[in-house]
Amino acid sequence: MTAPLLNAENLTRDYRIGGGMFRASATLRAVAGASFTLSTGRTLAVVGESGCGKSTLARLVTMIEPPTSGRLNIAGTEITEAGAKELKQLRPTVQMVFQNPFASLNPRKKIGTILEEPLRINRRLSAAERREAARDMMAKVGLRPEFYGRYPHMFSGGQRQRIAIARALMLHPRIVVADEPVSALDVSIRAQVLNLLMDLQEEFDLAYLFISHDLSVVRHIADEVMVMYLGRPVEHGPKEVIFNRPHHPYTRVLLASTPAVDPAARSQRISVKGELPSPINPPPGCPFHKRCPFATPHCAAERPELRMVDGRLVACHYAETVGAETVEDEIAG
Amino acid sequence: MAALVEIRNLSVEFQTARGSFRAVDGIDLTIEAGEVVGIVGESGSGKSVSMLALMGLIVWPGKVQADRLTFDGHDLLAMTPAQRRRIIGKDIAMVFQEPITSLNPCFTVGFQIMETLAVHEGGSRADRRRRTVELLGQVGIPAPESRLSSFPHQLSGGMNQRVMIAMAIACNPRLLIADEPTTALDVTIQAQILDLLVNLQQDRGMALTLITHDMGVVAETAERVIVMYAGQQVEEQPVDALFANPAHPYTAALLDALPERSAGRRRLATIPGVVPGIEDRPRGCLFHPRCRFAEQRCVDEQPLLVPDARGRFVRCHYALVDGEPTNKEPGSIRGEPQRETTP
Amino acid sequence: MATEVNTPEFRAVPASAPAGPWREFWSSFAENKGAVAGLATIVIVALVAIFADLIAPYSPIAQFRDSFLVPPFWAEGGSTRFLLGTDDVGRDLLSRLIYGARYSLLIGCIVVTLSLAAGILLGLVAGFFRGITEDLIMRAMDIMLALPALLLAIVIVAILGPSLTNAIMAVAIVVLPHYVRLTRAAVISEITKEYVTASRVSGAGLLRLMFSTVLPNCMAPLIVQATLGFSTAILDAAALGFLGLGAQPPTPEWGSMLAKAREFIQSAWWVVTFPGLAILITVLAFNLAGDGLRDALDPKLKR
Repeated sequence: MTAPLLNAENLTRDYRIGGGMFRASATLRAVAGASFTLSTGRTLAVVGESGCGKSTLARLVTMIEPPTSGRLNIAGTEITEAGAKELKQLRPTVQMVFQNPFASLNPRKKIGTILEEPLRINRRLSAAERREAARDMMAKVGLRPEFYGRYPHMFSGGQRQRIAIARALMLHPRIVVADEPVSALDVSIRAQVLNLLMDLQEEFDLAYLFISHDLSVVRHIADEVMVMYLGRPVEHGPKEVIFNRPHHPYTRVLLASTPAVDPAARSQRISVKGELPSPINPPPGCPFHKRCPFATPHCAAERPELRMVDGRLVACHYAETVGAETVEDEIAG
Repeated sequence: MAALVEIRNLSVEFQTARGSFRAVDGIDLTIEAGEVVGIVGESGSGKSVSMLALMGLIVWPGKVQADRLTFDGHDLLAMTPAQRRRIIGKDIAMVFQEPITSLNPCFTVGFQIMETLAVHEGGSRADRRRRTVELLGQVGIPAPESRLSSFPHQLSGGMNQRVMIAMAIACNPRLLIADEPTTALDVTIQAQILDLLVNLQQDRGMALTLITHDMGVVAETAERVIVMYAGQQVEEQPVDALFANPAHPYTAALLDALPERSAGRRRLATIPGVVPGIEDRPRGCLFHPRCRFAEQRCVDEQPLLVPDARGRFVRCHYALVDGEPTNKEPGSIRGEPQRETTP
Repeated sequence: MATEVNTPEFRAVPASAPAGPWREFWSSFAENKGAVAGLATIVIVALVAIFADLIAPYSPIAQFRDSFLVPPFWAEGGSTRFLLGTDDVGRDLLSRLIYGARYSLLIGCIVVTLSLAAGILLGLVAGFFRGITEDLIMRAMDIMLALPALLLAIVIVAILGPSLTNAIMAVAIVVLPHYVRLTRAAVISEITKEYVTASRVSGAGLLRLMFSTVLPNCMAPLIVQATLGFSTAILDAAALGFLGLGAQPPTPEWGSMLAKAREFIQSAWWVVTFPGLAILITVLAFNLAGDGLRDALDPKLKR
């Protein structure tokens, strides 16, 4: 078997926060031990609520920030050991599409300039060649050639997101990190952009790290799903396995909380107590135990490690019990 | 008995540098006491603006016009601003999308709720305090006593939204308008807040208007749904009927574009184009440039919101039944996409 | 492959392209009548300064021994030979004012350019390198702000020695903290935005990020401050001139003209009034234009 395009092992990222002139700083563990691989042409969806570390994960994978510990291997280069020059060469391999198309395009630059910037930095091309490449990419993502000379404020959200996607593809990356790329878009535009992302994946053989909180979108686009809670992956496996029979209580809660249009698709709503605990000071034991309908004293005492259960990795002491329960079962909330 | 809210031919126009823009275009809406009405639409469909107009919260340069605007039999149009204020905030209350920006960051949440009570109900300080604690408890805030002196920034988004709801229900409103109440929140918190809203609505028998872009939220919460497009209502149906058998091509297309309705297919169904803006408002039916079923008649003649053969209110010449257009003239080509735009 | 999806986008575009940024800016600027009046005044003052040689009836330093302290032409004893009268050594006031416009605008331009350039540089550095660098820069600026501006300027001139150039330097240093603080605040709010991250993902280096990506988006408040700073600069330079620490006689600088005329406040009002009016009108024009710029450039104030 060939090595995967991206291999992350035990990635951890800490932030020091609050350290002022007169205060001690606290450590926030945004990502705590994430391991995953990405392969060409596949989509790994990272699912979780705000503060679960999915955006930090995106910053690690796009090499904007170095991991505090752990290993990250992208296209054969170990980035924790690589020098500045190697990193610079690796940059074009991983590109990113952002959540908010109204913030991700520089308002003072024309579309053409925005698209050509990656080329200007990383490639030695003449102005004419850059222009040519930008126009090609605009056609591929469904933008008219005369948009080249316009400013971002003249475009709607959907068109802006197309521009952002075009920019991400200018360097022909092999990995695209998409951080909630459709959550700011209206339903009808969302479908257009999702279709475009899937078409481009086929055409360029891209690997997607698709970050989203919207399970219906993830269900449509992902091959593999990693559910994160408070910086830790809690369940990780092939899409069908996870969606059909979730084994982690949090995955079940997420699935049950996602509103469904069709009554048949609605699962028994599991009410979850309370809110996300502070990541600065996570609860001992299983991070989810305070909100979990299945929690026992054991969960508060010992943190469950990821283990293989029924075709997926899951971090729960009672994964077998949770997975065996059918949806109709009453769950005390 | 008269309906709680009656709106006839409500329009809201904004004067902008690029000409006047009709954000709401001839809305007719009736809300009965104690029902849950969902208003769905994409951004810019006028769903929020129409409710702000009902509340009398449209400020310059917006202009509100209506043939009839009543609340519980009172004519809101004929009222003085002072009389109107007595109703707004007491009998009609509103919850907004961004809880953090809807609360004043300079005051504690307890003070803000007590202030609302003081304006509309009066009572002694101790009474108001007791009532505030009670309200915070009702909206599911743990240890409400201790939260009175919290500032909004010390609470999470979900907690702030609960505070907003407590403030809204403080004076026992007859109608609660929730404008995208869960859009800024996480999924699990969204579920909690929706449950809370529905429970409050049932316990208190108040009417609830839920404005949202999320089809799933509407499907799970509302009893009756109004679909808006470019400032107009295009369809109004009971929730189950709407999702089972949408009558307007826009509603049908919107539902088809949902990933969960495309199981098994890789590509999602899309609606071509975007919502018309200020410069490209089409003649005739506003949806015709994007409609799969549009005919010449749709370009020439604006459809009215009238009951179709099945009694469904729909603004379409050829209301859909089971995804197929009805009462097309013989000889017209069925399903031929109309690719022509207005000049 | 994307043909199916891109057709709709093709149709979505309005037939006429929306107005460009310049036209949009002008239309919102033109809404403010005061700002337009201010801008018109600035243009007139600038033209007067540029074409002073052609407009001015006399040389600013030419002395007419036969006519000391002649009042303006409409007053008793005045003549149309000296429209605004003459000063105590027989120089034509109008000519001096016209040439003085050159100095005032020049002072404004140099002060604003110097302080803007230095302020942007320090502000960018402070905004990009948080931590000790930022603390050092910002605390230094705080100390400068804690001293009364004019007093600080006087100290600087006292050290450098009184001359127009040194006065300009002093004023530029005194107004520097405003630009630094503005730039830093704008940089800090811009730097967290996704387009900056996008630039970093595509490999942009520090200099590109600072000057090409972030700086253009911080310019709006700086342009406004620079316009308002123009008037501050003119006023401060006039004040230094008035104290005898700025332009030295016989330079027809408005502030020093005022200073020289002090003793005639009672006897010859015109010698004091006209330089004062010139300063007032110019400063007011810049303030009005600056307010209009702020309304036009600040999206928060837009409706």
